[in-house]
Amino acid sequence: MPGLGTSFGRGGATTFQQDLQNSDCIVIMGSNMAENHPVGFQWVMEARERGAEVIHVDPRFTRTSAMATKWVGIRAGSDIAFLGGIANYLLQNDLYFEEYVKHYTNAPVIIREEFTDTEELDGLFSGWDPEQGTYDVRQWMYEGMEVHGSGGDPEAGFKATKGEQSGHGGHGGGLRYGEPPSEDPDLKHPRCVFQILKRHFQRYTPELVAETCGCSADDFVAVCEALVRNSGRERTSAFCYAVGWTQHTVGVQLIRACTIVQQLLGNIGRPGGGILALRGHASIQGSTDIPTLYNILPGYLSMPHTEAYGDFETFMKANRSPTGWWGHYDAYWVSLMKAYFGEHATDENDWLFKKLPRIDDDNSMYWTLEQMLAGNVKGYLIAGENPAVGNANGKANRLALAKLDWLVVRDLVEIESASFWYDSPEIESGELKTDQIGTEVFFMPASAHTEKDGSFTNTQRLLQWHWQATEPPQDCRSDLWFYFHLGRRIKQKLADSKDDRDDLITALRWEYPTHTQIREPSAEAVLAEISGWEVESGRFLPAYKELKPDGSTACGCWIYCGVYADGVNQAARKKPHWEQDYVAAEWAWAWPANRRLIYNRASADPDGKPWSERKQYVWWNGEKWTGLDVPDFEETKEPGYVPPDDAEAEAAIAGDHPFIMQADGRSWLYVPQGLEDGPLPTHYEPHESPFDNPLYGQRANPARQQHKNAGWDPYNPVDGEPGSELYPHVFTTYRLTEHHTAGGMTRSVPYLAELQPAMFCEVSPELAEEAGLEHGGWATIYTARSAIEARVLVTERMKPLVVQGRKTHQIGLPYHWGTRLLTQGDSANDLVHAALDPNVHIMETKAATCGIRPGRRPRGAALTEFVAELRDQAHSRREMSPRAESEESRKTAPS
Amino acid sequence: MSTLLGQEPTGVPDGHEAYGDEQQPRVGFFTDTSVCIGCKACEVACKEWNLIPQDGQAWTGHSYDNTGELSANTWRHVAFIEQEKPLRTNDDGTTALRWLMESDVCKHCTHAACLDVCPTGALFRTEFGTVVVQEDICNGCGYCVPACPFGVLDKRDIPSTANVGHQPDLLPIFGKKEDGRVWKCTLCYDRLKGGHEPACAQACPTKSIQFGPLDELHARADERLAKLEAEGWNGAQLYLRDPEDGIGGAGAFFLLLDEPEVYGLPPDPVVTTKHLGSMWRNMARAAAVLTVAIVGACARD
Repeated sequence: MPGLGTSFGRGGATTFQQDLQNSDCIVIMGSNMAENHPVGFQWVMEARERGAEVIHVDPRFTRTSAMATKWVGIRAGSDIAFLGGIANYLLQNDLYFEEYVKHYTNAPVIIREEFTDTEELDGLFSGWDPEQGTYDVRQWMYEGMEVHGSGGDPEAGFKATKGEQSGHGGHGGGLRYGEPPSEDPDLKHPRCVFQILKRHFQRYTPELVAETCGCSADDFVAVCEALVRNSGRERTSAFCYAVGWTQHTVGVQLIRACTIVQQLLGNIGRPGGGILALRGHASIQGSTDIPTLYNILPGYLSMPHTEAYGDFETFMKANRSPTGWWGHYDAYWVSLMKAYFGEHATDENDWLFKKLPRIDDDNSMYWTLEQMLAGNVKGYLIAGENPAVGNANGKANRLALAKLDWLVVRDLVEIESASFWYDSPEIESGELKTDQIGTEVFFMPASAHTEKDGSFTNTQRLLQWHWQATEPPQDCRSDLWFYFHLGRRIKQKLADSKDDRDDLITALRWEYPTHTQIREPSAEAVLAEISGWEVESGRFLPAYKELKPDGSTACGCWIYCGVYADGVNQAARKKPHWEQDYVAAEWAWAWPANRRLIYNRASADPDGKPWSERKQYVWWNGEKWTGLDVPDFEETKEPGYVPPDDAEAEAAIAGDHPFIMQADGRSWLYVPQGLEDGPLPTHYEPHESPFDNPLYGQRANPARQQHKNAGWDPYNPVDGEPGSELYPHVFTTYRLTEHHTAGGMTRSVPYLAELQPAMFCEVSPELAEEAGLEHGGWATIYTARSAIEARVLVTERMKPLVVQGRKTHQIGLPYHWGTRLLTQGDSANDLVHAALDPNVHIMETKAATCGIRPGRRPRGAALTEFVAELRDQAHSRREMSPRAESEESRKTAPS
Repeated sequence: MSTLLGQEPTGVPDGHEAYGDEQQPRVGFFTDTSVCIGCKACEVACKEWNLIPQDGQAWTGHSYDNTGELSANTWRHVAFIEQEKPLRTNDDGTTALRWLMESDVCKHCTHAACLDVCPTGALFRTEFGTVVVQEDICNGCGYCVPACPFGVLDKRDIPSTANVGHQPDLLPIFGKKEDGRVWKCTLCYDRLKGGHEPACAQACPTKSIQFGPLDELHARADERLAKLEAEGWNGAQLYLRDPEDGIGGAGAFFLLLDEPEVYGLPPDPVVTTKHLGSMWRNMARAAAVLTVAIVGACARD
């Protein structure tokens, strides 16, 4: 979540779904909320009933569009042009919320002279190193300040791997000093953020937006006007997005573009405003808070690297932000180590810092996939995921699984990732032969949420407890059971080990009470440990501000501190909303500190008064901050507080700076550090697109990760290159209400399988006519990776668009199907390439190119031949006349 | 039995008053299609609660509707209609495209022909004013199937039973029959008895399906229609709300955004047994005349 994290300080939705009812305008973009978040969508409907405008901007007319008061169809992958256009409209017409922008954002801050914008460098920022394919981010810094953050101190010789810029797991970078040294409160200085922003987006006119996105300029302006009409002191607008924004090679910058619009409109931290990041699974927010990621530890603390931080002091120095709440990094860190290792972690041994594992490379999923294909990975554990269906380039994923020595799959049913060795498409095509696959596959049946206690952390940072309703059948076991007993057995085996590398495992605290015959561990005991206690007394901690860097507190995840306050499972509180106000503070528990709407200091003006009576939420009552929610501010810090020069941590945040996690207390229109691909979002074409970038010579995101020479991830020719005519259409993948992601949980359920019983593609009547597709018949869709077949749904809900003067077709592909379970079909992800966003290594499932033909695909080996033949044809045409300029070869670092 | 034979609709469900002290206020569904998001949670919740079998896996190509219709194995059905019409008549006309969604269900008619024709008494009017088939009494005669003006009533296919040589198993097995009986929405009679709302209404995330005493629902629907009309919604209308229509109004009525036919609903349903009395009388008269004629003819011979 570095998009939100770098802009506001925390990588989570800024608001909660129930608050949408207070919105005067809701823009849903990059999300099909009605279909994928139908329960939360009730609050959008509530807002609509109260008179709010609901705008859906999307390549397809979906169930969300059907409920919206306005739908604007755009080309998949053109969202930054659209959002940048809104920013430009606000800036050029002086329609931004001036007081908010001046006081609460970094608009007045002056940027270093070395910084050069994409407007001058034809689509690259200063600092580009074509050899490394990375930016030197130091050139983007505030004037008079140094770079700082958990991405590693560049001065210390640390070579950041891709994706490690986002300090604190994307929670905003640290700055050396709380108050940026150079500012222009009048926003006039040519190098102040405001002016840079204005110049950066100046060419994103309604006409350019129309030409790039394929919508009409009038429709675009109507969206701008609706936002302006519904923002300001009296009114607020909200944005909702989901993976329709994140899954792009510019995913993080896309969210950044939205944060800029909302900052300019003054909609963050206010009721009815905000940005709602809608998550795709029940606990996806939870899985980054208590991460399943390789590069962060619970609470977005960084994993140490091999190349830097030899000692604890250096590590702490590099990560502890002198100002803001990251100023207590050491307290969070030490408390985590005390939770992990108890009495084994001491001040004397630097809390076992030296023993911790280190990151030595990009260890993200697609990197691991590449290593698997190369035969460098022995074993793999898959839980809650079905990469054979759900990951980009399905074929590569399945071939990779066949290279392992062993594979453990934990799931409710035997999913495609567990059965690839006997029924994958590659078995059919002959690329894999069962008797030649050496992978030993262990399928471990998992229990469902009804069969275990635990919490889900939902889309709005809310931890909601659920209780076990029934015993798991047969050998099905909870994840908690699996990992607890796995850990217990490993500890047992290593109990007498003298090996250094086993020290951490022997030191690990692993004491959780178990119950029932199967010895299920207590999930509440785990929650209590996450929440934390005072080591000496065992007193449960009420909030993270009580965490200490001296080892006297233990806490498994500092942002969750307080979820077990007073020894009570706060997440299990279930007082319904009709028995309390709409904020419903006594329903479950939200991080941080049970705040539902974060940065809510911004709901009051700089003097602490509500911006308007209609939009009051949290305010200064003369003695303290009070209101409808837990104030996201020090309770008694006066609005007029000016930090002394030597102030540290939260004391360095001024009384009128609401973004307390940021080192300067402001939201960041411009991100001086923390991102790989630029301090400002810029429109780039998707990695695969039929079009050239209308704005810059730089076509696509220069910093995107590609697997050009790997062989397993071939790309379609793009933008009118010879060969690109074989893949002329844009496709986008998505989910349906009736199924869940890769389908393991839904294709296995008769009641859901019957509701969407076949893989289909959605095409416009115009495309059907052109390509000879018959409604209800079959189509074959192909890319350089693979070809799939799907039933044809011809619908007026798909519209051809005119982009750069050319008619373009978009094809919609749900991605739920695979070779198994009750309803079977080809997997859309087999078509998708694995070029990635550089910040978070996410694939671009939402916009790529393809071809389409009527009829079913070839079977068996003929399928592979069909795909290869087209690909070879396309690539040989391209080689005969390659693109004139090599797009990423220009160096922009000043010599 | 219904007492409507030959009478005009009264708006009072036949047989409801017979409960005396045990009579409960009449309840029903108000399905407001203007807020339906087509999530089909109602279909699934209904099947989960009532243990209804899967209804086959056919991809229809009819928009997102792969259910098709109400049947013995589908008691809630969400219809999807794609139209090139604006949502509101006062729209600027930029998107002349709308996607109507409507969750259909048994109407629990005020005057229910199915009750009239059921020979076993399996179909009955409950104390809540709803119409329910008793699964342990239905003998699968199927008379109610053509009697329903909405095509709701349907016999469940009889599965072949392998151990009796693919012969239909029609015998009661511990009080359960497999199958051939008629099944339809019970308005979750069991849940009502326990003081709960029906599963579909509880699952509906947008309150498109509203459950409650029918009087209250009527008032709510009237208010809702007035609001939509004031906002210029295209084609907003109430369906089966009127106690004076051909079935005396329904226990499950709807707010639609187009004519009922568009949703596959009969525009002007009439209780099919309405003319049964006069038909029998006419028949009796005809038979009498015929008898007289024959007897007369015989006598002349």
